[in-house]
Amino acid sequence: MIYFDNSATTKPYKEVVDSFVKVSTDFFGNPSSLHRIGGEADKLLIKARKQIADLLHIKANEIIFTSGGTESNNLAVKGAALMYKNRGKHIITTEIEHASVRETFEQLEELGFDVTYLPVDEEGRINVADMEKAISQHTILVSVMHVNNEVGTIQPIEEIGRLLKNYPKILFHVDHVQGVGKVPLDLNLVDLCSFSAHKFHGLKGTGFLYIREGIQISPLLTGGGQERKYRSGTENVAGFVALAKALRMTLENEKKSLQNIVKTKETVIKGIQEIEEITIHTPAQGSAPHIINFSIKGFKAEVFLHALEEKGIYVSTTSACSSKKHATSSTLLSMGVPEDIAKSALRISLSYENTMEEALFVVKTIKETVNKLKEVMN
Amino acid sequence: MERIYVDHAATAPMHPKVIETMTKVMAEQFGNPSSIHAFGREARHLVDEARAQLAKSIGASPNEIIITSGGTEADNYALTGVAEANKEKGKHIITTVIEHHAVLHTCQQLEKRGFEVTYLPVDEQGKVSISDVQKALRDDTILVSIMYGNNEVGSLQPIQEIGEMLREHPAVFHTDAVQAYGLMNIDVKELNVDLLSVSAHKINGPKGIGFLYVKKDVKLAPILFGGEQERKRRAGTESVVSIAGFQEAVKVAQEEREEKVKQYREFKEILVNDLKEAQIDFSINGSLENSLPHVLNLSFPGTDVEAMLVNLDLAGIAASSGSACTAGSIDPSHVLVAMFGEKSEKLRNSIRFSFGLYNTTKQIHRVAESVAAIVKRITNR
Repeated sequence: MIYFDNSATTKPYKEVVDSFVKVSTDFFGNPSSLHRIGGEADKLLIKARKQIADLLHIKANEIIFTSGGTESNNLAVKGAALMYKNRGKHIITTEIEHASVRETFEQLEELGFDVTYLPVDEEGRINVADMEKAISQHTILVSVMHVNNEVGTIQPIEEIGRLLKNYPKILFHVDHVQGVGKVPLDLNLVDLCSFSAHKFHGLKGTGFLYIREGIQISPLLTGGGQERKYRSGTENVAGFVALAKALRMTLENEKKSLQNIVKTKETVIKGIQEIEEITIHTPAQGSAPHIINFSIKGFKAEVFLHALEEKGIYVSTTSACSSKKHATSSTLLSMGVPEDIAKSALRISLSYENTMEEALFVVKTIKETVNKLKEVMN
Repeated sequence: MERIYVDHAATAPMHPKVIETMTKVMAEQFGNPSSIHAFGREARHLVDEARAQLAKSIGASPNEIIITSGGTEADNYALTGVAEANKEKGKHIITTVIEHHAVLHTCQQLEKRGFEVTYLPVDEQGKVSISDVQKALRDDTILVSIMYGNNEVGSLQPIQEIGEMLREHPAVFHTDAVQAYGLMNIDVKELNVDLLSVSAHKINGPKGIGFLYVKKDVKLAPILFGGEQERKRRAGTESVVSIAGFQEAVKVAQEEREEKVKQYREFKEILVNDLKEAQIDFSINGSLENSLPHVLNLSFPGTDVEAMLVNLDLAGIAASSGSACTAGSIDPSHVLVAMFGEKSEKLRNSIRFSFGLYNTTKQIHRVAESVAAIVKRITNR
């Protein structure tokens, strides 16, 4: 069994599971309760928040816990746009964002906002000069993902951040969901940043949004006023404690696991490059260490996926969130990849757990499968 | 000193079977249900099974269940979703003054967006009157949201009667059943409700998960956009482990429901009788009969809620002033204000006891004993 689909979701660390179980068993209180049992739960939540803040060099009150990456992205984009709509109604994003950002922008368009979707080059990267040109006096928000979930391209976040320093009225949101533990990000340059725990070996249903101190956003969920009124609802204490642990382990082991992941990626790329039918879409430079997106000309992606699955290898066709509708990857199309090639795209995404032996086996199996399917088709 | 937790309406400990299930799922199943390979399919299967069980527990079909991050999201989604999807038909909403803040604050948000909200009053028992609902209904009423059982005083609302009445009106009917679910026998068809909110952590399940029942053909404008999860009605990778835990909690709750109802009603009687025997001056906020089995809200004249809670806490007893979500600072309860008026002393001297897993008869006697001693001390008797 070789799990090469870590951009879809990751396996939680054992320690994360243990801490979830421990907190669930021993500290079940509602952090809003005034009694000791509530107080103990609140203390754990404060500790988890502080731990995350220290790891990311931010302040504890800049963290808003959410139900995951999708909610973080929705909250950031919609919350910022609605909060500052009186300053202007122009917002900027890219053509290759995750659906949770893209569709939120589409909804804002329906609400009367004017949206610029920046194109990407053939490597899947936006051009900062395009961004500069798009900015107007009505622009209030820019949202750019750090690492693209489908092809792994890294966007020039630092450069954009520096550009936007000249425009104090524009808020800068970064979807960092795929970047955590893979590509470091300096939060000093951004105003809002989304995180999802299950992408870094934490639990599904937990995430957070970084909101720079001094910035306000309009909440999506109202009620009890938890999370400084930005996100109502009883806090998932055990889940957030587990999230803090997952983040700590991920960042503490980042250097070591990255060495391993980079080597694994190189091995896979070197191996599959030799196959005539294969086109690699992930750029050689400026891409995340864990994602390899490639097409096998002449083969339908699902057919190939299931052929690999028979050998115990698990990869994905496109992002898990949209793979059910079998749509062609919009990221690849934006990069100018012809539709027939885009339709045969597969994504491999690695974690610290994957090994060189697995990489070699996957390469060998891909080669064999191409040859076998070619025979069947002829 | 044994600690006694009588604040189950704020949150409840997870049932050991729930923790066991979740631990197992965490170790064995980590796939993303949207992935088309075996890991994904197995995770999908768990979510499907859970959804079927959740649906069955209220007499609904699986397609009518939208899994959310909890009761607050379910309430927010119900109100905002219906309002935004029906605003062409009308902009009038009816609710009550005693709803949970997840409903009330969402209504206030909707008012800012141009909707008109009627907040119905309640009587001294904390109950809304059917004729008030009837009178408030207009041609442009698109939504009626009335909670099943109140979280602070436990008062049960005439949901079935209102549901019956609304058969003649096109307004969508939502009930927040967060406190009632698991103890009351709920059938959405009998109640004739269109939407119903549930939270897992109130029934010994995990925090951060809940569901919204949405009757077939009722249209909702989504609040979370992105992937196509929950049949495009709620984006975000499914919280598989919590969903499996939720399913287990529902299973246990259903098996033990009748026994628990009986037990909690007995607890109420014990507490009330013991306090009477100790000749403590108190009154019941709400009624003993028409109330949620597990919630008992008592007023102790001459005491102060903060002093009471601190003393109870020192005695190892965890009770509450009202809903935990408003308890961060003890603001006067909007529910008690609605029942007794702004000037009532009850706003300053009422305590909510709520029963649940692990509570025993012996514990309740001890709670009564401690309460009696503290009240006597505070009132210098």
